[in-house]
Amino acid sequence: MDIELARAWVRGIAEAVERDRERLGELDAAIGDGDHGENMHRGFAAAVEAVDKLTAETVGQVLTKTGTTLVSRVGGASGPLYGSAFRAAGKALAAESAEPEDVGAALSAALEEVRRLGGAQAGDKTMVDAFAPAVEAFESTDTAASGEGAADAAEEGLRATEPMQARKGRASYLGERSIGHLDPGAASTALIFRALAEAEQG
Amino acid sequence: MKKFINTADTYLTDALTGFAAAHPQLSVNLESGVVTRARGPVSGKVGLVSGGGSGHEPLHTGFVGEGMLDAACPGEIFTSPVPDQVTEALRAVDSGEGTVLIVKNYTGDVMNFELAAELAGEEDLRVESVLVNDDVAVEDSTFTAGRRGTGATVLVEKIAGAAAARGDSLGAVADVGRRVNAASRSFAVALTACTTPSAGRPGFDLPEDEIEVGVGIHGEPGRRREKLRSASEIVSDMVDAILDDRPLERGSQVVVCVNGLGGTPLSELYLVYGEVAALLEERGIAIARNLVGDYVTSLDMAGCSITLCEAEEEFLALWDAPVDTPGLRWGL
Repeated sequence: MDIELARAWVRGIAEAVERDRERLGELDAAIGDGDHGENMHRGFAAAVEAVDKLTAETVGQVLTKTGTTLVSRVGGASGPLYGSAFRAAGKALAAESAEPEDVGAALSAALEEVRRLGGAQAGDKTMVDAFAPAVEAFESTDTAASGEGAADAAEEGLRATEPMQARKGRASYLGERSIGHLDPGAASTALIFRALAEAEQG
Repeated sequence: MKKFINTADTYLTDALTGFAAAHPQLSVNLESGVVTRARGPVSGKVGLVSGGGSGHEPLHTGFVGEGMLDAACPGEIFTSPVPDQVTEALRAVDSGEGTVLIVKNYTGDVMNFELAAELAGEEDLRVESVLVNDDVAVEDSTFTAGRRGTGATVLVEKIAGAAAARGDSLGAVADVGRRVNAASRSFAVALTACTTPSAGRPGFDLPEDEIEVGVGIHGEPGRRREKLRSASEIVSDMVDAILDDRPLERGSQVVVCVNGLGGTPLSELYLVYGEVAALLEERGIAIARNLVGDYVTSLDMAGCSITLCEAEEEFLALWDAPVDTPGLRWGL
């Protein structure tokens, strides 16, 4: 991954989030408060603007800038979680370009940060259920197109959240009534990994 | 959706602009997203800051003023404020005595306030946090994100605010806030869903003859759905839920808050209060103070929450202390 690919990835996420803004909102309305689409859109639109203005010398700077912008603009649980995830990934990539294994390690650091902050485990019906399999898939392939496998794994992880009962976040208050709905956080995580795969393919 | 609205995107800014125009004794900074007392920090006084998603008005902006909050950070509708807002508020109210943050227990609020407190700590600002988690509808177990903070927030802000105003130390203000929270329990029922301006339609479908029992304040569905019954039956179940969770002995005294969720007429809230008063009288529980009206709302949701707080004498003295805010005003 080089600086341009990192920028393209952030732009791709912003486009995907804008496209799916309403769907994310609907998923969130079913088991949360319905603002996930709006919040993600506000954050990533601001991140693209910030990254476009940035004179970056390392891949990490692009991701760190994305993270700090998300923390400052999103609010809710998504702001700190995605913001800290991108900051953790950025911190791990302090060079002009990064090999796939470096990117894998950075994504792994991002996942660790999400787990630390949110305290969610696999099966809690959160973004971790898409994030963890995506990182695992990314690290198990050593090509320059590891994003494809990661995106597939994230989407599979998203589908697997449907029968789960939420144990973290606002959906957890619904108890059994959270069963039968896709988790909105896992849905936005799947978008992020699909955008990575598409950026890799140019 | 039928609302007094220009565009969904400008809803919050437009509302805060009007709030600023209505309350010149407050300073509303639309850039930083912080509402403070116009006169600035009170020298020698511990600061009190709260915040959370918008849509719960008068919480929190309506409780900024003499005897209550020094600053509030309104987030987007139902979305916690961002750390920058909270840090900015902490800087704005600091008089050197430290600041107490009052945080409702929601994952997003807790994370954003924690990040802000970390940043403030790096600037040598002393911060103590009080977490409000009074909602008995959420079982306190490993299967949820813990209990939600709802109606008791007003009691915590009023009583901790009075403690700060009388000159209590940072630790003492935080302590009384925590004690009020520990003594409080709430339960809410919704008759309708609410509509956020950006969604433009109700957050869930609720048939004409059904109610959501155990709702929060963000338009999410409750714990379960039931058939609509008489007010006395519904209120009886609500009071039972509260007292099952935290039993009160004969002879104890409470502060009662019957709070509207935004779309329920005051006459209905008084009707509910009458039922609560009768039920407590049967159990030999004295109502020392009460509050009836819209204090912690959920946009246009019809419904109400009931909060009972077992009252220590100290709470009552602080409750009676003068307060001068847009949302609460007495003793002046």
